[in-house]
Amino acid sequence: MCETMNKSRTVCKIISNELLTDQIFEMILECPEIVNEAKPGQFVNLYCRHLGRLLPRPISVCELNKDKGHLHLIYAIMGNGTKEFSTYNAGETIDVMGPLGNGYNTDTVSDIHLIVGGGVGTPPMVELCKQLKGRKIIVVGFRDNPYLVNRLKEYGEVYVTTDDGSAGFKGNVVEFLEKKSLKGSIYACGPTPMLIGVQAYADKYNLDASLSLEERMGCGFGACVGCVTKIASNNDAGFIYKKVCKDGPVFNAKEVLFSCN
Amino acid sequence: MQLNVNIAGIEFKNPIMTASGTFGSGRDFTSYVDLNKLGCVVVKGVANKAWPGNPPPRIVETYGGMINAVGLQNPGIDAFCKEDIPFLKQYDTKIAVNIAGKSIEDYVEVAQRLVSEDIDLLELNISCPNVKEGGVAFGVNPSMAEKITKAVKKVANQPLIVKLSPNVTDITEIARAAENGGADALSLINTLIGTKIDIHRQKFILSTKQGGLSGPAVKPVAVRMVYQVANAVKLPVIGMGGIMTGEDVIEFMMAGASAVAVGTANLLNPAATMNILNEVKAFLSDKSIDNINDIVGIVA
Repeated sequence: MCETMNKSRTVCKIISNELLTDQIFEMILECPEIVNEAKPGQFVNLYCRHLGRLLPRPISVCELNKDKGHLHLIYAIMGNGTKEFSTYNAGETIDVMGPLGNGYNTDTVSDIHLIVGGGVGTPPMVELCKQLKGRKIIVVGFRDNPYLVNRLKEYGEVYVTTDDGSAGFKGNVVEFLEKKSLKGSIYACGPTPMLIGVQAYADKYNLDASLSLEERMGCGFGACVGCVTKIASNNDAGFIYKKVCKDGPVFNAKEVLFSCN
Repeated sequence: MQLNVNIAGIEFKNPIMTASGTFGSGRDFTSYVDLNKLGCVVVKGVANKAWPGNPPPRIVETYGGMINAVGLQNPGIDAFCKEDIPFLKQYDTKIAVNIAGKSIEDYVEVAQRLVSEDIDLLELNISCPNVKEGGVAFGVNPSMAEKITKAVKKVANQPLIVKLSPNVTDITEIARAAENGGADALSLINTLIGTKIDIHRQKFILSTKQGGLSGPAVKPVAVRMVYQVANAVKLPVIGMGGIMTGEDVIEFMMAGASAVAVGTANLLNPAATMNILNEVKAFLSDKSIDNINDIVGIVA
């Protein structure tokens, strides 16, 4: 039951909120309206109950269950806000707003879709893989404990990398792409260093790549102009700042200027 | 119930305004807010030419508030006049344009460019803590505040609001300086300078080290300053700083504000202004207050 408080923030019922692995939780919410509208790569704002924690926490859409109207979110405990979320129980409610941002284009025609996820950038890949048509090669990297691997296996060949070699390939996802010389249309989400590597890899082999960026957000819907990223432009400075929440979070790799570029 | 208020000869249908920089030019809010129901839209600060703003990170949450270091990213006055004024003119609300600059000439140029535009008010931003040159320098020095107010007032075709910084020893000094310079109204407070340190990485979170604190954490400071300024000058005062509810609006008005602006609350709930307006109406009705102007400065 999604009880609409007003058009913006919605009170949603928590169906479950379970620990997946160390510090990683899956929260399932009942919110058919958001589920009907959401696309892979989009996110929702979750709001804390603690009155001192005002800003929303943006959490990417992991999976959409349209039959049940269930939204699956996977989040890591990163600070006090996400720690608070981890204490919520099934049957309670949470304030949600969304879906927000621009997701991945799932209509791309390509012989091979190359899905690249890193750490907490892995969850959005589940719904993306579900919706992309054609052959999918999925490469997901973790520091140590992999998760979501079995769910991703339903949609394609999955390769795991870990920094410590405790599971799969020892190294990072870009090293793995290079080693197996994997080619295709790239869809990536993960920490910035990984995205920089993916951007360079795509550039080197002239591959199309969509990168989902991360930046500290304020409002999540474009008003505060807080979460900007440098996008190539023809102006004197050579760039303009675009909003990650509203213009992204998914951008074409060719237009993104990381600070190391 | 009478909700309309008058600021410098401009009649607002209610005292609810948007605080500059928290509402853009309203575009991001149209699915949540009926702009026709707002007393006045105060747009994000605009300069004589496009400003890129500061590098990220620009935003960080603190207890009961947030600190921003956006740095007045804006498309410049020409793009603003072309895109945003026609957009806002579709709605039955008043338009106040917040002017940013790095020198007196910059501010004057923007006011001049707006002379023949169909807008209702100007708001002089001499209090943004996030730009290195100009900006706040004018807002913390009484003689500079008077000088810039005078210079802009000389060319301005619309009533001029001067927005005051709280980062001063005595805000009434700056308020009187703006009044002497010919301001038609005052708005306060802009953000309080603050910072936040990431203790795990042992560094500042914001790219600019410090930024402007806003949100409910600053409200008691804002209410106190509104009270002081309203009693120090004859000009109408627009109160802002952490307004989250209709009761907050009432508090600011009782302190002496003739109108109020909702800022950070817009970012936490895009429909905030509408909820707040309804709460104001409910309060007045509950207390059998027929005219909202009757509570302005009632505690003075």
